[in-house]
Amino acid sequence: MDFEWSVIWQALPELLKGARLTVLIALAGLAGGLVIGFAAGLARAYGNAVLNAIAFAYVELIRGTPIIVQVMFIYFALPILANVRIYPLAAAIMAIIVNAGAYIAEIVRGSFLSVHKGLREAGLALGLPLWKVLLYIIGPLAFRRMIPALGNQFIVSLKDTSLFIVIGVGELTRQGQEIMAANFRAVEIWSAVAMFYLIMTGALTLILRMTEKRMRIL
Amino acid sequence: MSIVEFKKVTKRFGQVTILNEVDLSIEPGEKVVLIGPSGSGKSTLLRCINALEEINGGDLVVDGISVKAGGRMVRLIRQEAGMVFQQFNLFPQMTALENVAFGPRRVRGESRQNAQKLALEMLAKVGLADRAHHYPSELSGGQQQRVAIARALAVKPKLMLFDEPTSALDPELRHEVLRVMQALAEEGMTMIVVTHEMAFARKVGTRLIFMEGGKIAVDGEPRELLANPQNPRLKEFLQHVV
Repeated sequence: MDFEWSVIWQALPELLKGARLTVLIALAGLAGGLVIGFAAGLARAYGNAVLNAIAFAYVELIRGTPIIVQVMFIYFALPILANVRIYPLAAAIMAIIVNAGAYIAEIVRGSFLSVHKGLREAGLALGLPLWKVLLYIIGPLAFRRMIPALGNQFIVSLKDTSLFIVIGVGELTRQGQEIMAANFRAVEIWSAVAMFYLIMTGALTLILRMTEKRMRIL
Repeated sequence: MSIVEFKKVTKRFGQVTILNEVDLSIEPGEKVVLIGPSGSGKSTLLRCINALEEINGGDLVVDGISVKAGGRMVRLIRQEAGMVFQQFNLFPQMTALENVAFGPRRVRGESRQNAQKLALEMLAKVGLADRAHHYPSELSGGQQQRVAIARALAVKPKLMLFDEPTSALDPELRHEVLRVMQALAEEGMTMIVVTHEMAFARKVGTRLIFMEGGKIAVDGEPRELLANPQNPRLKEFLQHVV
């Protein structure tokens, strides 16, 4: 068969639009996921019994179900349960927040608890409240250890946005699917879509690599 | 008024009783040396004073505040009772200067400038002004422990707790830490020291406490006790450590 480059050139504007939406969903979702993940992870590591139980239930619920089921639930079931209208884009971002949050919670918990216990004692012994010990002493050390695992999660979440094809969000995969349905050029279009994902994850990897290099892992 | 007062303090880890109804009063200015076989409760006794270990029975009052008062009050106790650990526990992401300035800045709420000035004074006091900008990983064990002492002093405590401060150090590095501790004692600091350094006990200590089985077995004047131990278990212990 012939690989028609012109097909890709013609599809480029649509694919770029899709890629922009993919980046937007991933960025908004991961920003929210980091907030939820830190809260749940710290609750697991240092919270009282109640907080710990809530965070544990959340993490297990999300890790124990497929993300596609979570998206379906948010988009189709939640509007019925809560009697609200949820836009596809909002459902997509919400799904990434909730899903990434659970995995990030475990990353946060693990890296905070991996910091030598003596440093926590040294901080407390100076007369600081625990939250300040976590903020100024344990947090900066834990953060360095988190970066490789967080990078993994960022890449997974970025690619998970392709699942939102099922709720009709016009992200990259959806755009590819629609162009393909019109011109039947599967090889060119899916190659181009794959390249777009590679460029995005590649850029992410580069940023993470640079961040890691700038920090001494202690 | 005593600066530290144990009143029938009991501490258990699960089923094991580590401190068994300990009574002990320590007056300002005393230099108490705590010795005893491992597992006798000496480190636990020290760690109860600044509430790193919670007591299970009795009461323990430090500078007029009970360790059972919780929250803010416990933090006040910790500001008055500086602690030095066996493993130094310096903050590895901070330079020596930042380690020492940390307490004044974050605990006492000093400005960055004042905290740094105070930190430099403290580092000079332990003989490490020239190492201010080194990270802990770039310092020897003895230097790290001296920075740790400076860090504790920078919060301006009324008493200092030392938990086997030289046990993790090579013999030739111990004396530099012990010298700093002796200088501190000569300034009049109240000190409680868990150690096996008998020469230090003899030279600097004003009181020697021998612990055994979660109780204070012997409590007296260091030079007398070390020269002529009456208690047979203390006698045996001293034969092993000296």
